[in-house]
Amino acid sequence: MTTNHYTLKVNGKEHQVADAWTGESLLWVLRERLGLPGAKNACEEGECGSCSVRIDNEVVCGCLVLAATAVDCEITTIEGLAPEGELADVQEAFIEAGAVQCGFCTPGLLVTIDKLLETNNQPDDLTVREAISGNLCRCTGYGRILEAVNLAATKRREATS
Amino acid sequence: MTDIQITSPVSAPRIGESAPRPDGVPKVTGAFTFSSDLWHNNMLWGGTLRSPHPSANIKSIDISGALAINGVSAVLTHTDVPGSLLYGLEHADQPVLAADVVRYEGESVAIVAADHPETVRRALAAIVVDYQVTVPLVDPEAAEAAEPIHPDGNLIRRLRLRHGDQNIQGEIQVEGTYEVGMQDQAFLGPESGLALPSEDGGVELFVSTQWLHSDRDQVAVCLGLPPEKVRFTLSGVGGAFGAREDLSLHAHLCLLALHTGRPVKMVYSREESFHGHVHRHPARMWYRHHADTEGNLLRVEARLILDGGAYASSSGAVISNATCFAAGPYLIPSADIDGSVVRTNNPPCGAMRGFGAVQTCIGHEAQMDKLAAALGMDPVELRLKNVLKSGDKLLTGQIITGTAPVAEVIKSCVEHPSTLVQSDDMMSLPGGAGRTADPQHIVRGQAMAVGFKNLLFSEGFDDYSSAICHLVDGVATITCACAEVGQGFVTLAQQITREVLGVEEVILAPAATATVGSAGSTSASRQTWMSGGAIQKACEAVRQQLLERVAAEHQVDLDDLVLADGQIVSLAGNFSLSLAAATTEPLEADIEYHHAPTYPVDENGQGNAHVSFAFAAHRAVVDVDPDLGLVKVVELTTSQDVGRLLNPLQAIGQLEGGTSQGVGLAIMEEVLVTDGHIRNASFTDYLIPTALDMPPVEIAAFIEQPEPGAPFGAKGIGEPPSISSTAAVVAALRDATKLELPRVPVRPTDIVQLESDAS
Repeated sequence: MTTNHYTLKVNGKEHQVADAWTGESLLWVLRERLGLPGAKNACEEGECGSCSVRIDNEVVCGCLVLAATAVDCEITTIEGLAPEGELADVQEAFIEAGAVQCGFCTPGLLVTIDKLLETNNQPDDLTVREAISGNLCRCTGYGRILEAVNLAATKRREATS
Repeated sequence: MTDIQITSPVSAPRIGESAPRPDGVPKVTGAFTFSSDLWHNNMLWGGTLRSPHPSANIKSIDISGALAINGVSAVLTHTDVPGSLLYGLEHADQPVLAADVVRYEGESVAIVAADHPETVRRALAAIVVDYQVTVPLVDPEAAEAAEPIHPDGNLIRRLRLRHGDQNIQGEIQVEGTYEVGMQDQAFLGPESGLALPSEDGGVELFVSTQWLHSDRDQVAVCLGLPPEKVRFTLSGVGGAFGAREDLSLHAHLCLLALHTGRPVKMVYSREESFHGHVHRHPARMWYRHHADTEGNLLRVEARLILDGGAYASSSGAVISNATCFAAGPYLIPSADIDGSVVRTNNPPCGAMRGFGAVQTCIGHEAQMDKLAAALGMDPVELRLKNVLKSGDKLLTGQIITGTAPVAEVIKSCVEHPSTLVQSDDMMSLPGGAGRTADPQHIVRGQAMAVGFKNLLFSEGFDDYSSAICHLVDGVATITCACAEVGQGFVTLAQQITREVLGVEEVILAPAATATVGSAGSTSASRQTWMSGGAIQKACEAVRQQLLERVAAEHQVDLDDLVLADGQIVSLAGNFSLSLAAATTEPLEADIEYHHAPTYPVDENGQGNAHVSFAFAAHRAVVDVDPDLGLVKVVELTTSQDVGRLLNPLQAIGQLEGGTSQGVGLAIMEEVLVTDGHIRNASFTDYLIPTALDMPPVEIAAFIEQPEPGAPFGAKGIGEPPSISSTAAVVAALRDATKLELPRVPVRPTDIVQLESDAS
């Protein structure tokens, strides 16, 4: 296997990736090499959104990106959504609204919703449903998740007003 | 009574309140460790070679090419299994690794451990298996008479239920044949785990499962080790819904760790997950209902056949449920029901949320609508006329001694006002914007359905849960092997402990076979009752010990002492001691909690086989594009019998989530199997509802009638939402299209009346 050595900037911190096979996905490198397992591995073919991360501010499925192509990019994972020991508004809202059950889809949903609210802090129901339709959740039926988005959006509007 | 001064009232939520999940913060920050997140220094990766054939004889397996690959540490086949080669949930009939024959596509044949998943993939590809392919048995109706595909035969179980006068005939009779496709649990967290060899020659496994002790016992037999040398610990579970009741990679990981002497991690891909776990049984069901002209149900006849796939799993219990609950929550004096579950070379089927009651609800509710039409009667009125009540007799002859608010769930559901607002957004049309043939053609339908199911294990199974309560310095630690699979047991465990002991802080110890006895399975809507009951009893025993100790040490009357909100106080008001001060010396109780005994059914399917029952109703509103066969479920309303509501927020989540799985089965979810091959083993092709597919779910009512004998009067709530939801959606589709739609899931081709396999 062709191996390589490169640097990834994740959550504002530089990580050395040593002796990595260049065929490894960003999701695999984050989870298995960098000790950042927050992005989840549910389908690994870009269908479920569990591995959603940001690369240079765009939300992508970490499973569809080769890690080596993300060199020189700013990568943000669920672990970087809030400073350590603190919770972002969307994270608080998920707990408050009961949007977490097994929690496997939760990190990907939070990354997606955080980005949605950044661009639109007053999304209507259908806009939210469309925005998260690439993130599958098998436990909740989405009702509590939609409730959490409403809560977080309200908090964000209040914080910026 | 003297006023009791509480110095430090417990503020954390107790029973009946919407307590937040203790695992909520780690789950939203990404810090929670799911079984696929485990990692160990010097760890190897495991993988499984699976049969590409649904039916074949194995002539030889050559592993030499795989062993020669740099980085490969082990390649194991059936000859490396030191103990029993067979395992199984109810009886051992499934090979750990196939020896001479494979019976379904995806059956495990060999396992590999190597330094990188890519090396594993190459090693698996280098194993040469010489298969002599045979013709698979794929038709369940032909299975019983066919050549046995397994030494145990093709009939897994048949139940004949005969109830009441067999000569009763109704003036009004309606008949129907219904089919249900194979549904997948589609939990998001793939099967995964980490096995570590122990110094004593045993093995430790960290794994996601529904029942640690059952897994441990099955694996120990296969490893030829005493159970105490096989230690299983629950790792974070990414959903279960029944699919984690059976072993998947458990024995394989332990074998690889023992063989290599190194930690081994294995994670199934999504495709492998579809092959690696059991599914919901496909069903074919014929029904005939008899009624008088007033709409009183007189008799039901039914023939049910479920496809169990290659191995038995829990099929025996599934067919028992399907048969016993075949006619729904109605009082019917006469019944003749035959239920069979057979072996085929299709993917093995087993437990899934609703466990046999989902399939038959689709049948009995379609029949009730058909009967209402034949009678010229309102379908709700027909149901209400025939609903079961407490004190009534089931078709099994069992009298319902607990609560049975069937009429209440139906009425509250259908009377709940709709909050539906007509959206002018094209995205809200069936198919979404631009995908509807002609918006003017859209038709709307509405209907309801009701279903029920047993709670807890049945038919004489000695069902119990164990819990340990340890109280020191005012802090309670609960140890229970109950599998938290997302349903919220961990929240409830804390609520119950606070309720009984009045403590603020409750620590939950890891669920592990090494530290506590079995909690039984997280299935059959049983853990609130069983593990909740075990924790309640353990806490009560500690409370009693504490009061006795305080009474003796401080020479106060035991009968005068109460424990309230972190204080031990005398009712007379002359004594007060904080819980923390009273527990500097620890107290502990270890409890095994059993539910009331049940009995096997007799040769006529009669007997007191069940403990308790829960009921739910759904009303569905759907929009249909009849030109393209596209469907949009626009609103769902539900009411459920919960006994007593212990955590409203979590209960809403269970009802919404279970309902969405029902919507999935109604309109999109099916594991497509052709000649024994799964054609859609991916999330690209096996569709589960997205946020755009799910309508708002209105909770019309939680019917609270405390169940006698249940801890806090609460009934399990996990399964009922997935039972009546599918039947309601399909009934609404019938209302919209005026088509019979006897097959679930309803496909676009069913609506536009094309042959689905016309190609």
